[in-house]
Amino acid sequence: MSLEEQQPDAEIEAGKTRGDELAELLGDLVIGREEHLNAPGLVIRPDQVQDALFKLRDEAGFDHLSCVTAEEYEDRYESIYHLTKYDDRTDEVSVVVPTSKDDPVSQTAEPVFRTADWHEREAYDLVGIKYEGHPDLRRILLPETWQGHPLGLDYDQDRPQIATLREHANPLEQDHSGEEGNTMYINIGPHHPATHGVLHVETVVDGEQVVDLEPDIGYLHRCEEQMCQQGTYRHQIMPYPDRWDYISAGLLNEWAYARTAEDLADIEVPEYAQIIRTMSAELCRIASHMIALGTFALDVYGDFTAIFMYAMRDREIVQNILEDLTGQRMMFNYFRLGGVVWDLPEPREEFFEKIRDFLDDLPTALEEYHDMITSNEILQARTVGTGVLPPEVAKSYGATGPVARGSGIDYDLRRDDSYGYYDELDWDVVVEDGCDNFSRLLVRMREVEESAKIIQQCVDLLEDWPEDERNIQANVPRTLKPEEDTEIYRAVEGAKGELGIYIRADGTDKPGRFKIRSPCFSNLQTLPEMSEGEYIPDMIASLGSLDIVLGEVDR
Amino acid sequence: MSSEQKPFVTDDSQVLTETRDARMAGADDRFNSKLREAFGSSPFILTKFDKFMNWVRGSSMFMLQFGIACCSIEMMHTYAIKHDLDRFAAGVPRASPRQADVIIVPGTIVSKFAPRMKRVYDQMPEPKFVVGMGSCTISGGPFQEGYNVIKGAEEVIPVDIHIPGCPPRPEALIYGIAKLQERIANGESSPVTVKPYELEQFGDLPRDEIVDKLAEQIDEDDLVMRYNWADSP
Repeated sequence: MSLEEQQPDAEIEAGKTRGDELAELLGDLVIGREEHLNAPGLVIRPDQVQDALFKLRDEAGFDHLSCVTAEEYEDRYESIYHLTKYDDRTDEVSVVVPTSKDDPVSQTAEPVFRTADWHEREAYDLVGIKYEGHPDLRRILLPETWQGHPLGLDYDQDRPQIATLREHANPLEQDHSGEEGNTMYINIGPHHPATHGVLHVETVVDGEQVVDLEPDIGYLHRCEEQMCQQGTYRHQIMPYPDRWDYISAGLLNEWAYARTAEDLADIEVPEYAQIIRTMSAELCRIASHMIALGTFALDVYGDFTAIFMYAMRDREIVQNILEDLTGQRMMFNYFRLGGVVWDLPEPREEFFEKIRDFLDDLPTALEEYHDMITSNEILQARTVGTGVLPPEVAKSYGATGPVARGSGIDYDLRRDDSYGYYDELDWDVVVEDGCDNFSRLLVRMREVEESAKIIQQCVDLLEDWPEDERNIQANVPRTLKPEEDTEIYRAVEGAKGELGIYIRADGTDKPGRFKIRSPCFSNLQTLPEMSEGEYIPDMIASLGSLDIVLGEVDR
Repeated sequence: MSSEQKPFVTDDSQVLTETRDARMAGADDRFNSKLREAFGSSPFILTKFDKFMNWVRGSSMFMLQFGIACCSIEMMHTYAIKHDLDRFAAGVPRASPRQADVIIVPGTIVSKFAPRMKRVYDQMPEPKFVVGMGSCTISGGPFQEGYNVIKGAEEVIPVDIHIPGCPPRPEALIYGIAKLQERIANGESSPVTVKPYELEQFGDLPRDEIVDKLAEQIDEDDLVMRYNWADSP
């Protein structure tokens, strides 16, 4: 029995008392109570959001604003703040803030958690809730001239829209005009080799130094949430997660959806399928970290020939293994609710042999990387001590994954909120406390070793698994219709960090609201913090070390 | 260009850019060299020389290093070891559009990005070629129903080769590029058959509800792209 199966019940039991405790703490601030499957929900007045969140953060220790979900109902708008703790991931609370339909104004949470800045901008952009006191409430994903809020109820998708292409103004021009100041505005992106996709970084430099920087996103906002809300739980949603974090982290993303929907519909996954999931997901993590490594080296010293090619060589092997398993190189669509779609490929010995070969060669390959990358003086000069992200700042921006672990935050959902088969296996969470670009790189490289350890153990288990107990899928009804108004927020450790999904069921076979919490979205917010006042090449190195993928930032 | 001369164009009131004009009017100068102009009408040498030039063009293509979405990962694999697009004389990724001959459009194009992509395309020197990689550049792919997704790259720029797949395998991309080289060597270019979204000045848009609404936010001479979602395929 894996932990996952027992979790929901245990948590609701604990949640009830926990909900009472927290309601007591907040006292009069709470005007109602809700139960979400993952956490107790406390309903707060829209003008007391900050009071409540400050109290929860400072007195109850909820220091991680994981996600902000906004939604329009027939009679109200609602923002949900999903809070949890870096030290204890299973202790969660949802702060529910309803606002009126005709004047949807809600107090901003930005002074409490800086990550709320972007999350609320997104909520404003897509749903249309206005956040009072927000420092910069503009559209974030859609063009600024967009009309209407696409995830609102009365949005007409057929109305024409206009997008502009104009020069961006230098925000500091006025302040720095005169003799001593000499600032220059630089557009980095959206088409630029160092931005890893279509990110646009609005940069103002004074000489070589970055004085102002703002990531401008939305160039790959392809309506993933709308797509998922249009699909049925059972089969139609699963192909989309592959395309969020498309750097071969597909199975990790699929797991996020699988975990959320399985907990929502109360489906148990057979142990054998969990082991296959764990193994294949870790293979994906290796593939993803390889590309992070290759492109980081490419960014830092423009080395297209050596390290990039080395990383791609190893990635190619992983992709071959995954192709044998799933039939696809990138968009696997391999998980199903309640298990996986098919068993390991025959002949199994050959498949295991292939994985073993890869794992046997991996230490040598990593040795090579360490020779060429981490012990290289040029790279060290570029990365050690640059792009510093102190742990408190990282926490307030909701950074997770290798970015958080590179800042000394010991936080990994595979261990802290265990799912799959991870808690049965022997592996370590990698933490580096250098807080700089170099630490983040090291974390990724060492995580590859840990992933290899996990895969090794999974292969051993799978090899000895009795033939008549190879149960790859639970019995799942053909049509899933979770009960109306069940709400759940669940996360897994994706390649870039905490990948969460919030689903509200509306009684049909499609989700009423499907919200994706992308780790890159939160991680990218730390870029100005790491880069302002630094040299512009260090900004490029910091951006590379964040390892963002725009498909997931914009969704 | 007017619709009297080209009756098969249904609505060209909004698409008057130079690229399109040149192609629709038959004066497609992608293969029109300075040499051809200089030599005037002596056909023999020119035919042969053009053929030679076309072969050269196809055999030395500089690709634009242009990543959009998932397909760009497979595109990177195509450039990297194992598949090594360089073997086919088409593997030098250039970061600047001004140095590139071919743009591979690898991914979903959304409303905010289309004007930028158009600008990048406009910055490439003629003759230039476009490879649409993946289903998103054909029709919007899995995201076709999205409120923000352009239903194919051909709404914005003319595409020479479409490669289906989500994403296409590197082998498929190589095949597509080989096909493009073949076409270039034969001196073929693709006709522009669909009505693209174009960059135009805001002041030139016909007045309607949305234009009136945005009149305060956008200057008359700002470049804009107008999306008529209802007319998209």
